[in-house]
Amino acid sequence: MTNIKYDVAIIDYGMGNLFSVKRACEHVGLNAVITHASDKIMNSSGVILPGVGAFGDAMSNLIKYDLVSPIKDYIQTGKPFMGICLGMQLMLSESEEFGAHKGLDIISGKVVKFPRLNAVGNTVKVPQVGWNSILPASVSWKNTPLEETADGEAMYFVHSFYCIPDKAENYLTATVYEDTKYCSSLIRGNVFAAQYHPEKSAKEGIKIYQNWGNSVKKGSI
Amino acid sequence: MKNIRIIPRLDIKGPNLVKGIHLEGLRVLGTPEGFARHYYENGADELVYFDVVASLYNRNSLHDIITKTAREIFIPLTVGGGIRTIDDIKDVLRAGADKVALNTAALNNENIITEASRKFGSSTILVSIEAIRQPDGRYLAYTDNGREYTGKEVLAWARRAEELGAGEIMLTSVDMEGTGAGYDIELTKMVSESLSIPVIACGGAGSSEDIKDVIFNGKADAVSMASILHYECINNRSRFVDNSVEGNIEFLKSGKVFSKIKPVGLSEIKKYLHSNGVNCRETNQRIKS
Repeated sequence: MTNIKYDVAIIDYGMGNLFSVKRACEHVGLNAVITHASDKIMNSSGVILPGVGAFGDAMSNLIKYDLVSPIKDYIQTGKPFMGICLGMQLMLSESEEFGAHKGLDIISGKVVKFPRLNAVGNTVKVPQVGWNSILPASVSWKNTPLEETADGEAMYFVHSFYCIPDKAENYLTATVYEDTKYCSSLIRGNVFAAQYHPEKSAKEGIKIYQNWGNSVKKGSI
Repeated sequence: MKNIRIIPRLDIKGPNLVKGIHLEGLRVLGTPEGFARHYYENGADELVYFDVVASLYNRNSLHDIITKTAREIFIPLTVGGGIRTIDDIKDVLRAGADKVALNTAALNNENIITEASRKFGSSTILVSIEAIRQPDGRYLAYTDNGREYTGKEVLAWARRAEELGAGEIMLTSVDMEGTGAGYDIELTKMVSESLSIPVIACGGAGSSEDIKDVIFNGKADAVSMASILHYECINNRSRFVDNSVEGNIEFLKSGKVFSKIKPVGLSEIKKYLHSNGVNCRETNQRIKS
């Protein structure tokens, strides 16, 4: 039994490659552990829910590893929480990916797939893979991890589905892919979530980790 | 228009960055880490590392280079060459890669695409296709740097790979590779227009115009290049030319450049593409080195 105190718990629920998230944490001076132990999650000063893959599989795995309550309980504490990619989508109430699936319902809204065709009838390549701009939405970026990010900054995206939160107060950034304008980062109190991968978005992405890391060290977002 | 990714490709043999023509006749150019760092700082959208001799030994030996790279470079890194099993994929991802490119393994056993994309996410699994145009005009897929004949038609194989769960196709024209004579537009267009997953065009870049052509006429979703960037890097940054490198360095010492290739840097390529109406990430994150 070790009593090492970690700054950040990166939740491991069998959905994709978590090493790059850990390296980004370490790069900004956060001591991070990849884990699915609920005590490690509760005792951390910050929690990251990453993930790539299918929404339904992800929810099944969160249930299998008994992680739904620990995630909700952790968020209740008010300590900083970051969802990335699938980890953002899981915040919402439900997804239409391969049949309807219930999400964690931290933020009311749903997850839908990019349309097959754009406005002029051309095939839309899905997933969206590559760099795209994040633009201002309803909520100011001040006092968020995007505080030092410029409007229109490019971030690295890989996804086929996108989030539609019900309330404007959760829309932190917007992004346009082909003709679809969608919510690419969301915020609700201590919960910040990004559809893009800050850990793969070069120096501008690392800046987001840096700012989020500062809130982890301070104890609030 | 969507954003086009510009992806430097680094062919690696042992500890060295190498470059050949038609994937053969490898010349040593320096150490991969220095080139990778330079490309990262100059706005590369992703990087690709290929272990070019891995197939001979049935294993990928880039782990140390990957680990060093991933510690300081925060853009997606794809690794290919000699990756045969689910455990190989896990090892390469654990070392610091974000995606893997499968060729021989996928042709020998299609199921690995499905299994790997389910386990690691389809966006993590690229299928790499080495295409050679036949005298009758058909394109066939090869393995082992274009040496081994498989008899599979490129388009049918690309469609099958998509169906099985591949996240992207990395499409190399062995005929054009290393020549600087331009990408194979017909090949790229045929595959890209038939698939709904992204296609990365590889092989043949001799100038910025060639890159523009494969975007507009070849409908590439991303473009990969090697020689034109490497030679620019060598011309301007001789510090990457490490005298300790081993192997065939006669070419390197000669200071020559293959005649059809006009060396050009990433920021110049992007500037050129922008001015020609191509959307790509601006390199305003650039750091002076």
